[in-house]
Amino acid sequence: MTTERLVGDGPVVSLRNVAKSFAAGGVRALESIDLDVLPGELVSLIGPSGCGKSTLLRIVGDLVEPTSGEVVVNGKSARRARLDRDYGIVFQDPVLYDWRTVSKNIALPLELLRWDRAARARRVQELLELVELDGFGDHHPWQLSGGMQQRVSIARALSFSPALLLMDEPFGALDEMTRERLNGELLRIWEQSRSTILFVTHSISEAVFLSTRVVVMCRRPGRIAAIVDVDLGQPRTADTREEPRFFELVTEVRDRLREGGLDEDRTAPGEGEIDLLEELK
Amino acid sequence: MVEAAPASPRLRVRDERVQEGALRVGLFLAVLGGLWALWEGFKAVGEATDLRIGQFVVNDRTLPHLHDVVGQLFEPSRRNGPLLIDVLWDSALFTAKEAAAGFALGALFGLALGTLLAHSAIAQRGLLPYIVASQTVPILAVAPMVVVWVNPRLPPSLKDWGAVAVISAYLTFFPVTINTLRGLTSVDPRSLDLMRSYAATGRSVLWKLRFPAALPFVFAALKIAAPASVVGAIIGELPASVQDGLGGAILNFNQYYVTSPTSLWATNLIAALLGITFFLAVVGAEKLVVRRAPEHVA
Repeated sequence: MTTERLVGDGPVVSLRNVAKSFAAGGVRALESIDLDVLPGELVSLIGPSGCGKSTLLRIVGDLVEPTSGEVVVNGKSARRARLDRDYGIVFQDPVLYDWRTVSKNIALPLELLRWDRAARARRVQELLELVELDGFGDHHPWQLSGGMQQRVSIARALSFSPALLLMDEPFGALDEMTRERLNGELLRIWEQSRSTILFVTHSISEAVFLSTRVVVMCRRPGRIAAIVDVDLGQPRTADTREEPRFFELVTEVRDRLREGGLDEDRTAPGEGEIDLLEELK
Repeated sequence: MVEAAPASPRLRVRDERVQEGALRVGLFLAVLGGLWALWEGFKAVGEATDLRIGQFVVNDRTLPHLHDVVGQLFEPSRRNGPLLIDVLWDSALFTAKEAAAGFALGALFGLALGTLLAHSAIAQRGLLPYIVASQTVPILAVAPMVVVWVNPRLPPSLKDWGAVAVISAYLTFFPVTINTLRGLTSVDPRSLDLMRSYAATGRSVLWKLRFPAALPFVFAALKIAAPASVVGAIIGELPASVQDGLGGAILNFNQYYVTSPTSLWATNLIAALLGITFFLAVVGAEKLVVRRAPEHVA
């Protein structure tokens, strides 16, 4: 594993025996989850629909309470970490406020943190350059393409430099070309901002390309089937996708997913599963 | 790698706006002409065939020529008096004052009430039935009581017209309350998750998310409430015995309908124009205030 990215002591995220059941019908969404995410890591969660990977991400962000188990973020409870604004979150949809311009969307967390106007303007300009949207600050979200909107959403999450970035299938709604381009941009941003990223995805190649580790999950109940170390060099470029090792790792993640029982007891595949099944062919 | 910034499309946009504006004016005139033709056509056919619908006979008294109605505006309102349009202009201004005050009062009350209901399930369950019931009572039945209750408590400068404004507010607050409640509670749950992830306070969520998201709903209600506030003011003038507004004018010309039907029709025309003006004022305010994707603007 890439130890040179370590920037602090102790894990940023530490999950011990985390479980989640939903009251309706007592569905066990997650069971005995143990996971440490170290500073500077980019860890992907991958698995079929219903494996609870998004729920796990939301538990780390204190948007959902676990039924049992211990969640520590930056050495504190998940709730304390949320109140201290220790993480930024990016959803599958950009979730931009369309009455605000691009700049004001990016500045929203800064307003809540009571930054003054000049400091906000400076930071927004930096971020617009970082996500390569310089000149679009005064546009409204609906005037941008889906890929550009998602970049705004990433800039907003990075605006207050949180130690941890939670990304819930951020590129899932985008076409393949845009997705690959934004994968490259995300790695560049990760490199520059030195943040730690927990990343949920349906795409095996995306997970392998981006991550330092891939956490393979399976369902009923949702649990960790395997963790695959991605020992591809840094920085990763378009050429990385052509390396033999890249294909070996994709195959390995695919095999772990199979062992996790993707094919069993499947009556109607969800939208995300079709994505996975395509790749499993 | 990055999409190029769009080359200032302002000129093209302006061209499109001019085109769209011309289309709108054309459509407005076409519909107006159509209505005019319908009125005059019905009158011509009715008079030629001696049409009778129950007691209704088509003649210059029941259905005056529209050009006579408009023409009446430019006749003296009484022998050697000012022109009718000048009299009605003053009446319309007076009614507009009552309606504007009532609209503002009702809109603010509706916003406050809607916000309260959105924040308290108990208040919602407890109060909503009575709020709905308040609107099932005819305004004509409520208005005299409002005058009796409100008028003695008003300072001299608000006397009478202040009571009318309260009656007007009674018609205004209801749609605003309902739509404010609906707007504040219709926020996308992921937007709320986002606010939660920022550990935003309840007040921040209200000001930075719920209110802006509710604005299209609120404006939809204000568009209903604006003409209703004019109707409320006109009706309110009757039990309040206010002579200076359009309600007084309608009551007055109603008595002279047999000799001069066009005066009442002309007054109705002015009342309608006042309602439309109120509506358009809200539309203009909405254009200034609401910045939403086109599909979100009602």
